[in-house]
Amino acid sequence: MSRLSAVVRPLVTAAGLIALWQAVYLLNGSRDYLLPSPLGTLETLIARADRLAYHAGVTFAEILMGFAFGVGLGMLSALVLVLWGPARRWLLPVLVVSQAIPVFALAPLLALWLGYGLTSKVVMAMLIIYFPVTTAFLDGLRRTDPLWLEQARVMNAGRWAALVHIRLPAALPALASGLRVAAAVAPIGAVVGEWVGSSAGLGYLMLHANGRMQTDLVFAAMALLAVFAVTLYRLVDATMRRLVPWQAESNA
Amino acid sequence: MTDACLAFDGVALFDGLTLDLAPGRTTALLGPSGVGKSTLLRLLAGLENGTHARATIACDDGRPLAGRVAYLAQRDSLLPWASALDNAVLGARLRGAPLGPARARARALLTDVGLGDRLHDRPGALSGGMRQRVALARALGEDRPLILMDEPFSALDFLTRLRLQDLTARLLAGRTVLLVTHDPLEALRLGHAVHVLHGRPATLDAALIPPGAPPRDATDAALLALQGELLRRLTGAAHGPGDTA
Repeated sequence: MSRLSAVVRPLVTAAGLIALWQAVYLLNGSRDYLLPSPLGTLETLIARADRLAYHAGVTFAEILMGFAFGVGLGMLSALVLVLWGPARRWLLPVLVVSQAIPVFALAPLLALWLGYGLTSKVVMAMLIIYFPVTTAFLDGLRRTDPLWLEQARVMNAGRWAALVHIRLPAALPALASGLRVAAAVAPIGAVVGEWVGSSAGLGYLMLHANGRMQTDLVFAAMALLAVFAVTLYRLVDATMRRLVPWQAESNA
Repeated sequence: MTDACLAFDGVALFDGLTLDLAPGRTTALLGPSGVGKSTLLRLLAGLENGTHARATIACDDGRPLAGRVAYLAQRDSLLPWASALDNAVLGARLRGAPLGPARARARALLTDVGLGDRLHDRPGALSGGMRQRVALARALGEDRPLILMDEPFSALDFLTRLRLQDLTARLLAGRTVLLVTHDPLEALRLGHAVHVLHGRPATLDAALIPPGAPPRDATDAALLALQGELLRRLTGAAHGPGDTA
């Protein structure tokens, strides 16, 4: 029953949204240059599959690399901050203040410094992911139940053993929420990077097509991006659920 | 085997307090909340290392006590992501000791506490009493000369508590145990000697030695009379300087 509804519910939601889209298209007087129909978008998607696939590949690679590096760097930073007091005292305030700078404002600079290729977009996605991952993981590491740590001390555990066997697993639920946010915002970083300056990628394609009133192509690219973003999110969510099964038990 | 003698130089709660733990026996420490009985136990566990609490701890064998106690806390302190078995071998895992023998031992102890069929369940799937039994198996598996228990059954319902007391007394026979509790009946059922800690700065009453061996029958008239006696000491302690009956 619940398994069935888990499959059926998203399908119903998707069908509803597509129906709404079609209704708005008709109300808008079927002006394809303003808003293409769902079917028209699908036709474009198939007709321009080659070109879309190429640009989608570039963007997906940027997103995945940005996600991997951002998550890696964020987790590493959290570990350093939690293990080394001076780092925490000196760097944590800097880290928090740095978030006052809108990451998007950095996009043109990144393009200037790192070129119009893949690197500037990967760094952009990485920067946007880094902070939520770092703070979530750090929070998790710092909020270990003191009773567990006392028990570890009575059991003569070293600092390292307590970190590996108690603090790290205890921080996984917090890390999971950080990763979910990261999966949701990673595509934003990559696409913004492409808008600012690039020669490939879905963001580039959308900007280009928009300028030529090829609205159907914009929508096709957007649909691809949405499907990829949702897939990435669901994948991360499912992985973390497998890694943190006790969370579901205690919340049930 | 081990006889710890404490001389406290604590500031406010107790001063120059001395407590002897007879080897192979269960010493119960009773007192109103806030009197510092948990702090006393945590001092022995090496968990109080601030400037507000200090103690001199001496053992019979002349070696330091640090690192040679097992600690059973009020909450069960089990790791929610680990199975009952993994929780029971946590000490070995944290010390990097071989897990094979530790697992075999933990399996036997978990069977002793009646959880032989729940080895692979996580704490979330166990009841409060079962969780505390896992914690008890873990403390026993640590095989330390001194076992410290801080109100281990206070979160359980009355009947579960009685059953767990029986089990505990059986498994702790021959071990040196300090049991801190606020429940006079529990102290009388489990303790070879019962101390009452009261007053401010707190002082220890002379030990009350209930007759017979633990676990004592909770319905026994002599035990209930002693419970009345302990209640008098406790309530006296709550109102002012305790009487020395």
